[in-house]
Amino acid sequence: MKASTSIAITAVVLVVGFVLCALQFPNIASTRVVANLLTDNAFLGIVAAGMIFVIISGGIDLSVGSVIGFTTVFVALAVERWGIPPLAAFALVLVLCALFGAAMGAIIHVFDLPPFIVTLAGMFLARGVSFLLSTESIPITAPIYSAVSDFAIRLPGGGRLTAIAIAMLVILVVCALLLHLTRFGANVYALGGSRAATALMGIPVGPMTIRIYMLSSVLAGLAGIVFSFYTAAGYSLSAVGVELDTIAAVVIGGTLLTGGQGSVIGTFLGVLIQGMIQTYINFDGTLSSWWTKIATGVLLFVFIALQQGLMALARRSSVKPAGAKPVGAST
Amino acid sequence: MTLRIPRRGLAQAFALIVILMIDRAVSPQFFNLHLQDGRLFGSVIDVLNRGTPVALLSLGMVLVIATGGIDLSVGAVMAIAGATAASLADTHSLPVVIASALAVGLACGLWNGILVAVLRIQPIVATLILMVAGRGIAQLITEGRIVTFTSPDLVWMGNGAVFGLPTPVAIAIGMLLLTAAVVRGTALGLLIEATGGNARASELSGVGTRAMILSVYIWCGICAALAGVIAAADIMGADANNAGLWLELDAILAVVVGGTSLFGGRFSLVLAVAGALIIQSMNTGILLSGYPPELNLLVKAVVVLAVLLAQSPRLGDIQRFTARWRRTKP
Repeated sequence: MKASTSIAITAVVLVVGFVLCALQFPNIASTRVVANLLTDNAFLGIVAAGMIFVIISGGIDLSVGSVIGFTTVFVALAVERWGIPPLAAFALVLVLCALFGAAMGAIIHVFDLPPFIVTLAGMFLARGVSFLLSTESIPITAPIYSAVSDFAIRLPGGGRLTAIAIAMLVILVVCALLLHLTRFGANVYALGGSRAATALMGIPVGPMTIRIYMLSSVLAGLAGIVFSFYTAAGYSLSAVGVELDTIAAVVIGGTLLTGGQGSVIGTFLGVLIQGMIQTYINFDGTLSSWWTKIATGVLLFVFIALQQGLMALARRSSVKPAGAKPVGAST
Repeated sequence: MTLRIPRRGLAQAFALIVILMIDRAVSPQFFNLHLQDGRLFGSVIDVLNRGTPVALLSLGMVLVIATGGIDLSVGAVMAIAGATAASLADTHSLPVVIASALAVGLACGLWNGILVAVLRIQPIVATLILMVAGRGIAQLITEGRIVTFTSPDLVWMGNGAVFGLPTPVAIAIGMLLLTAAVVRGTALGLLIEATGGNARASELSGVGTRAMILSVYIWCGICAALAGVIAAADIMGADANNAGLWLELDAILAVVVGGTSLFGGRFSLVLAVAGALIIQSMNTGILLSGYPPELNLLVKAVVVLAVLLAQSPRLGDIQRFTARWRRTKP
């Protein structure tokens, strides 16, 4: 019930925000703008879908932005310089990403280290490797790239639902099914609720941790491929700071960073809200881009304050055990 | 067996010495110093000078981390304080400029502290707000431009010298001594460690955990503001986009390399600063060696992982396990 409340709040904010934007700039309410919103944020949506698993399990993955950067450079080099067919390059880079994520998960689990610092090292590592591969932007001219960017489903009203937007929607649906309907998803929630209890229940905590970080890195790799389609280039500095946008989207989407709670749909709404702020600022034209950051910060604060308030309410209304005095209730 | 080596700090000292030796190997003049215009010059001084911002940040960060928190906003606070200092520098006297920059840092720290201590928001998320919004605020102050200044007083903060040492280094040493005197000269350090070790138990035994948490975030904000002023003074201008960019991560790394656990509890100011110097001597070493600076991130990742693994509590378990296995083997 609590999860659906926070999704509802996020959805209401999105709808109200969109209506306000549309009242000021009627052109925003067109399939063209909405379809572009999906295209522009396709890679963010895909990364966020991976991040949500990590965060629900009580971890955090700071390496995703660097993994996107690495993927774009690797794909560009593989296709343009090394002559590997694009599809093989995609498969190869996804395998590398999976290994990278698995290694991070294994280190976190085996050495009992905080995910924050391990994935921070992963972030430096992935960015460093992509710098070593190439520091310049490499344009990708493979025919599949122009074919994919030409492909689009025409929507009534002139909008174009592009291939990468479709890819994001499909990945989000798959991730939602994986999280909400499978045993794997249930285990992810259990891990975030209580690691010790999960281990005692007989769920293999180690393999789960490894798989969760693997999933996050693979989705970041997919996002990198999508990003390379979006920009038709590979650049080692692409997607710097995306991990923070992603975490912000996840938080705005009603997920607690402490783990154990959250949903894919809420995260998707969080991504759309961020995209909407950007679109509004583009439409306005007089506002500088730094207002995006301030607006995102304010939204973050509002959502977190709302969550804290809701949690406090839930705590107050929950049934207290008979005869037990709640410890520290007076503070 | 009975000989007890002080384990704390040994790994860091060893790492620093090894890295300095490698630096010496790639650049034979590494330890050369010469005095010119009343200021020492040389690669070692360079390491100290360039390491100052991160060292200052890590002084505040280590206290925050000791309470079990984290402050992601320090880079953004640097940008805000730098922007404040740069826009006031040419019209106001140095004390006013520094005081207003530090006041800005204090306000930022207070905001973070209130979110964490009073509203009980998770530190990562609470400080993420200012991290995201802070650069926007800094750009609001500079109106999106790079504000430059010519005030010789403020320039001295970045490029001057005190007793032969560059001013930033002298400031950092002063801040280290001040922080150490405050937290280690009194029971404050113990109370901070208690808060990080077990907040509830500390609160029940009468420690004002809320005041502790509030004050460490404020101190962290002030340290970040000072680092921001120095960074601005160094380039004689405030760049809201790039000042202190990603330095929060370096500061956290410095603290972790310095052996303070991200879970809170025991901390060491000196080792955190040593961590900052380790990171900087790696940077300088790579620059001196002529390898591409892109290698920097890679080396940083490897060193961090090595230090983390060396400090991992599980490593002891593995050693004990292999020792037992060896004993039981016929």
